[in-house]
Amino acid sequence: MISYLVRRILYAIPILIGVNVLTFLLFFVVNSPDDMARMQLGQKRVSDEAVMKWKQERGYDKPSFFDAGASGVGKLTNTIFFEKSIPLFWFDFGRAEADGRDIAHEIRSRMWPSLAIALPVFVVGMMTFITFALLMAFFRATYIDFIGILLCILAMSVSGLFYIIGGQYVISKLWNLVPISGYAGGLNAWKFLVLPVIIGIVGGAGSSARWYRTIFLEEINRDYVRTARAKGLSEWRVLFRHVLHNAMIPILTGAVVAIPLLFLGSLITESFFAIPGLGSYTIDAISQQDFSVVRAMVFLGSVLYIAGLILTDISYTVADPRIRLQ
Amino acid sequence: MNLMFKPVILTTDALIFVLIAVVAASAWYISRHQHLRAPWKKVAQSRSGMIAAVILLAFVTVGLLDSLHFRPRLAGETAPGKTNYAVDVISVFDLIAAPLKNKQEKTYSAPLSAYLFAKETVELPDGTEARVFPRLTHGGVHLKDPEHERMADIIKRIVAGVAIAVLMWNILLLCVTFWLSHWSARSVRATWTAIWKGHTAVPWREMLVANGVLFLVIVPMIVLCAGYHVLGTDKVGQDVFYLTLKSIRTGLVIGTLTTLVMLPFALLLGILAGYLRGWVDDVIQYLYTTLNSIPGVLLIAASVLILQGVIDRHQDWFQTASERADARLFMLCMILGVTSWTGLCRLLRGESLKLRELDYIQAARAFGVSDYRIITRHILPNVMHIVLIAIVMDFSGLILAEAVLSYVGVGVDPTMNSFGTMINAARMEMARDPMVWWSLASAFAFMLLLVLSANLFADAVRDAFDPRIRGRLIMPGFLSKYLPASPGR
Repeated sequence: MISYLVRRILYAIPILIGVNVLTFLLFFVVNSPDDMARMQLGQKRVSDEAVMKWKQERGYDKPSFFDAGASGVGKLTNTIFFEKSIPLFWFDFGRAEADGRDIAHEIRSRMWPSLAIALPVFVVGMMTFITFALLMAFFRATYIDFIGILLCILAMSVSGLFYIIGGQYVISKLWNLVPISGYAGGLNAWKFLVLPVIIGIVGGAGSSARWYRTIFLEEINRDYVRTARAKGLSEWRVLFRHVLHNAMIPILTGAVVAIPLLFLGSLITESFFAIPGLGSYTIDAISQQDFSVVRAMVFLGSVLYIAGLILTDISYTVADPRIRLQ
Repeated sequence: MNLMFKPVILTTDALIFVLIAVVAASAWYISRHQHLRAPWKKVAQSRSGMIAAVILLAFVTVGLLDSLHFRPRLAGETAPGKTNYAVDVISVFDLIAAPLKNKQEKTYSAPLSAYLFAKETVELPDGTEARVFPRLTHGGVHLKDPEHERMADIIKRIVAGVAIAVLMWNILLLCVTFWLSHWSARSVRATWTAIWKGHTAVPWREMLVANGVLFLVIVPMIVLCAGYHVLGTDKVGQDVFYLTLKSIRTGLVIGTLTTLVMLPFALLLGILAGYLRGWVDDVIQYLYTTLNSIPGVLLIAASVLILQGVIDRHQDWFQTASERADARLFMLCMILGVTSWTGLCRLLRGESLKLRELDYIQAARAFGVSDYRIITRHILPNVMHIVLIAIVMDFSGLILAEAVLSYVGVGVDPTMNSFGTMINAARMEMARDPMVWWSLASAFAFMLLLVLSANLFADAVRDAFDPRIRGRLIMPGFLSKYLPASPGR
């Protein structure tokens, strides 16, 4: 297992290099540093000196991939690609272009509000969806099941933006139960978190519950379920112990990948509710066209995704003892 | 050339025409092959699927009319023999909806209202000034005393609309019945009873009822349009009903063209990886794992921002503003396509891996059939059902994604009508009291109707083509990584 993990981590390196090359191509080749400087300094009338100065301050005045002027290894290291991409591997994200703040520090402090929303949404959501799906499977081929599916399809067809705007309007504005948006540190945060968490769960309910239902229905027709029923186990026991346990593999496939990505938060929810998390950080960076932040978030996202894939493999061995990682 | 208009084919228009040609060609091909027809017959027998199809057809009609663009000729000639054409590119739909388009108010007004939403200082005939809600320039101008006459007038118009709708529906009923009886060689009366007892294989009764409901909603609305703004007006006084209808094309374009753009990538790479294996498989797998590991929204946002920069720097590429907006729409489709082909590619790779081990393909290989022929003759037809299912399942997700991306600011051009831009503009008015709810409500309602019918139709297609998959292969959130508020994924 250890050797398997080491191999997986080593596999991650070429993928991350690929991600870096790709983002580099996007950010520096399609959009040259000169263009970036003009964009940051404000459109058209910018003197060449100002552009040069901007580039120098941020280290963009070097060749992109290959520096013929330098000697030895310097030919490769004295380039924008090397200086901007390689430090990402030890999580040295540099500074934001717009306000010059340390990106790594921002990420460390903004990760917690993001997690405070994403984690409850994930955990409570999973439990709700699975329960709901098991209920539909329990009442399969009855009107309850039919209505359940109908609700799921309906919920799937509603735009996520509707849940957010509608929730804010009804719960915060009409009923005045919780603040519309904002955030407070410490324990006071709960007031601000309730609504986004509820909306997060409701928003994902339709597609997830329906998907879990199909998984359960597939398991429910297997031989072992019939055996369990023949032994005289109650239907609830059959569902919650046997079916749920055996349906774990497909459930884990979709769920575990998402766990590390919870740190990144949700772009839309956070910006609607003015939560100072990583999601709103990214949105702000996008709207300010701050590429060094976007680049850092892209890299972080890929690292977390790969970590999620590895975690998924490990979770398989926990859920199903027949699976061994080699 | 002294044409009355100058046809303009925007990039997305051209692709839509290509798409229609492809659909028509495949429909013709399928209709001539019994084994290909069979699953479609099953789709045609699904009740929810066909109801959804009726509604989708209405949306597609609006979208297609809105895709025939041209520039009308301007009156007068600057030089002899030289005709000038308007700078605005308009579509056939604009021509039909011209009464709606041209009825511009000053600012917000509520649905069916005769007054503006905001108070203004007006000079009264006796010289004094007063803060009142001024009358609209177009909505309800025919009323002398709106406060008392308005309700009665609206009801009168609705009744007239319903009457027309019922008439239209009856004509439709007659046409369908006669056509069916002609086609099935039964008497008209027998066909009629068969339809209403639900004895037809294709659920005609349900489709006709759906059509009737559609008429009952749409026709009174159109009748009301003559005198009012049915869904109110937006901030700059444009008719919201018109804006909503214009948004349909954008949604449809994104939903269909994105898949069209990504299909060649996914098909070619997926099948090659699965069939050839070895280093080709390694390279392709590396490619899609890399792309997949970048969070979708970020990749899309970055690409859109960068290409937007390119468009801004090359204003001279585009003759008109709509061409520029259209270029951005096309680009968005490309970007969404390039970032979302990985899911389908992985499915196709898996399926090809399975297929290549099957006896008939082994036999073909033993006979010395070339790889190219095996792929085109044996593998491609056998993965087409997955492709089709992916196309229809993606469609609704893409429409929802557009709204979110436009909200983030990396969607379509702000000047382009779309559900996303409508929601984004209306969101600013949330804090107003009383709230301006009509733009939001109509954008969400139309979007819900479109996405819901797309989802129902997609379900019917999936069930008919591969009951075995039933949502297993294509997980929810095949695309929902772009959508907010779903846990992770």
